[in-house]
Amino acid sequence: MKKFILHSVVIVAAMGSINTAHAIGRDTINIVGSSTVYPFATVVAERFGRSSNFKTPKIESTGSGGGLKLFCKGAGANTPDITNASRRIKKSEYDKCQKNGVTSITEVLVGYDGIVIANSKKAIRLNLTRKDLYMALAKIVPGPDGKLIPNPNTTWKDVNAKLPAIKIEVLGPPPTSGTRDAFAELALGGGAKTIPDLKALRGMKASQADEIKAMMTKLGIPLTVYDSMKKKKGKAPKGKKIFKAVVYAVREDGAYIEAGENDNLIVQKLQTNPNALGIFGFSYLEENADKVQGSIIDGIEPSFDTIASGDYPVSRPLYFYIKNAHVGKIPGILEYALAFASKKAMGEDGYLPERGLIPLNSNELLQVQKNIKNLKVLKM
Amino acid sequence: MWSENTVSNMNKQIDSNTDRSTNRNTAVIAASLKKRYAREKRFQWYGRLAVLTGFIFLFLLLADIVSKGTPAFTQSFIKLSINLDPEKLGVDANSTENELRQANYAAVIKRSLRKKFPEVSGRKEKRRLYRLISIGAEYKLRDYIVAHPEDIGKRKEFWLRAHSEADSYLKGQVDKNTPEADRRVKDNQVNWLNQLHKEGLTDTRFNTTFFTAGDSREPELAGIKAALFGSFFTLSVTFLLSFPIGVFAAIYLQEFAPRNRLTDLIEININNLAAVPSIVFGLLGLAVFINFFGLPRSAPLVGGIVLALITLPTIIITSRTAIQAVSPSIREAALAIGASKLQTIFHHVLPVAMPGIFTGAIIGMAQALGESAPLLMIGMVAFIMDVPGSIMDSSTVLPIQVYLWADNPEHGFMEKTSAAIMVLLLFLIIMNALAIYLRKRFELK
Repeated sequence: MKKFILHSVVIVAAMGSINTAHAIGRDTINIVGSSTVYPFATVVAERFGRSSNFKTPKIESTGSGGGLKLFCKGAGANTPDITNASRRIKKSEYDKCQKNGVTSITEVLVGYDGIVIANSKKAIRLNLTRKDLYMALAKIVPGPDGKLIPNPNTTWKDVNAKLPAIKIEVLGPPPTSGTRDAFAELALGGGAKTIPDLKALRGMKASQADEIKAMMTKLGIPLTVYDSMKKKKGKAPKGKKIFKAVVYAVREDGAYIEAGENDNLIVQKLQTNPNALGIFGFSYLEENADKVQGSIIDGIEPSFDTIASGDYPVSRPLYFYIKNAHVGKIPGILEYALAFASKKAMGEDGYLPERGLIPLNSNELLQVQKNIKNLKVLKM
Repeated sequence: MWSENTVSNMNKQIDSNTDRSTNRNTAVIAASLKKRYAREKRFQWYGRLAVLTGFIFLFLLLADIVSKGTPAFTQSFIKLSINLDPEKLGVDANSTENELRQANYAAVIKRSLRKKFPEVSGRKEKRRLYRLISIGAEYKLRDYIVAHPEDIGKRKEFWLRAHSEADSYLKGQVDKNTPEADRRVKDNQVNWLNQLHKEGLTDTRFNTTFFTAGDSREPELAGIKAALFGSFFTLSVTFLLSFPIGVFAAIYLQEFAPRNRLTDLIEININNLAAVPSIVFGLLGLAVFINFFGLPRSAPLVGGIVLALITLPTIIITSRTAIQAVSPSIREAALAIGASKLQTIFHHVLPVAMPGIFTGAIIGMAQALGESAPLLMIGMVAFIMDVPGSIMDSSTVLPIQVYLWADNPEHGFMEKTSAAIMVLLLFLIIMNALAIYLRKRFELK
């Protein structure tokens, strides 16, 4: 027993000593961020690790917001070198980075991803507009008199007489997900823009305070929203801010079901419930083409070509961000980034488009490669 | 209180009634007895039904996992004759090892496929043809050439790993009757594979890669070795921390601690701690070990410490029970012949209590092995291909590997997920069996 205790003490002490040696340097690239970029980044990392003399980068799937939070915490071996994002870095995140000493960041655009609204192949394919999506899924929508009311629609027929009388049941990602942010912005925001009053509100400048307030009254939005926003920011909000606060909120009465970040789970649930719709990235639709079909949005079917050409309305850019202070200190960062942006990976015939990434056109690709080589510093 | 009068009255009445009512009473008792027996029988059936329901659920779960996971233990291979042409490869026998590693192996494999099926034309069709072979084939060829550079320029036959989609067809998992558009394996790929199969150029073997490789984004190259090693390192840290601390805490609390309010409070809190959701410990690990002490993210060291906190209450509680169960006669005998309290505990009480303590420790370890929620918080949910070599290397663990694979879009990962669950269950069964064995074996003494 005594011997055993002694052994464990020695081993625990030895573990501690390895730590101090480790904290000085790190030879593996640490990557965090979006779960949408994760399937692409991991493929690049694996090929990079197998074909170069560098170690395979470690990639954590934390979500875009979570990744940027870790990334902007500071510079040093204990912080990530690269973060993936399925949306652009926000000004507030950029400011936080600057404040914490992460002053030099390079932005790399890697391609596009379409967000699909799919249902089971057993059901009929829906032909939706972005306005339908807004009217079906937003928390508050314009009522018959134009004033905003809690969403009263229970079936798709309530939303649009042309649609079938099926209960609205949509499985989608939770608020921490970049997919959810992008869906709210592109589908809900896009749909709300077709309603004249909301569009007018969106276009108003901060200086037009009276007009914003008048429009808010017309729409039935309590003016306290304006005041609390003004108080929080310390300055008059733009019409766009009010628009976002009102339109991007997803309904919470059970019609929209948060299904977690696992897109395979959503696909499985769609199979068992032909009435339900699911929201996920295009790569999952491609991989499960035998089970689910993507709804047509604004007359356009989600496909590789329509997303690449920008015709499909619900698509968004994917990025990763490099912490320039780590380049040269952690081996392989630049090489990894160039491997990601190489023609072999990101080109039209590359191995990433084969996995469902919508590639950049050749001019964009050249520009991206140039940005990486020069470590072009992001300014916001 | 009954007065004596009433009691004697009652007795009299019973006496006078006895003869007349004996027969009737027997009938009543017999009837109620029958009812009571029926009740017992019914209860037994309820019990059997409950056990049966439990078993059916367990069986369905296991059957589902086993039926889905078994194909992952085999892998299809395709035999190709490859011309190791120095021109196509871009290297020759005199090239350095680094140059050999960067040679264009895809080109020679693609050419060999085109030679095999000369009728294939058009970009789209060719791409489908190339998709029959896994990218792993390139790595295999590379390793072969690096080891045998003298073979450059020769024609050699290789068994190359099939792509996971071709693999699923060769294993008979693809239904040919579904329309082509709804299948991952297209009609022409089916024809090519059928032809290869007819010529005896396909083979299904045991998938050793599953046990010798780390994670991969290609289902046919993915293995659980990195996760297994990660689990091993993590559990080692957990055991080395929680076992000694837990046992010492138990000995002190049971044998030395004064019985007062403070001890009671500690006792209650240990019991409460055992019921705290594990994710809370993950948050603690993130805040204290990573953010405050600056230990690296994703390391088995941090994971092990967090899991040790989770298993500590289990070990303390079971150890205390085991120590308490040691017969006082052993203690008293030792004290009587002049042993000190410490000697009594270490020489006499602990050896007898050890099987119980070990059982608790193993059950705690099994619990830690299956734990994933707290590890989410400390960055062990990550794509890690390299097998970790120490407790400071980034790594993941078995349950998290299951979680990661379940989330991958590629179809081939479905069977890998189930296979990884099977391995995890196997370890859990082994650990629990060991706990039972230790208990049985040492109890006899």
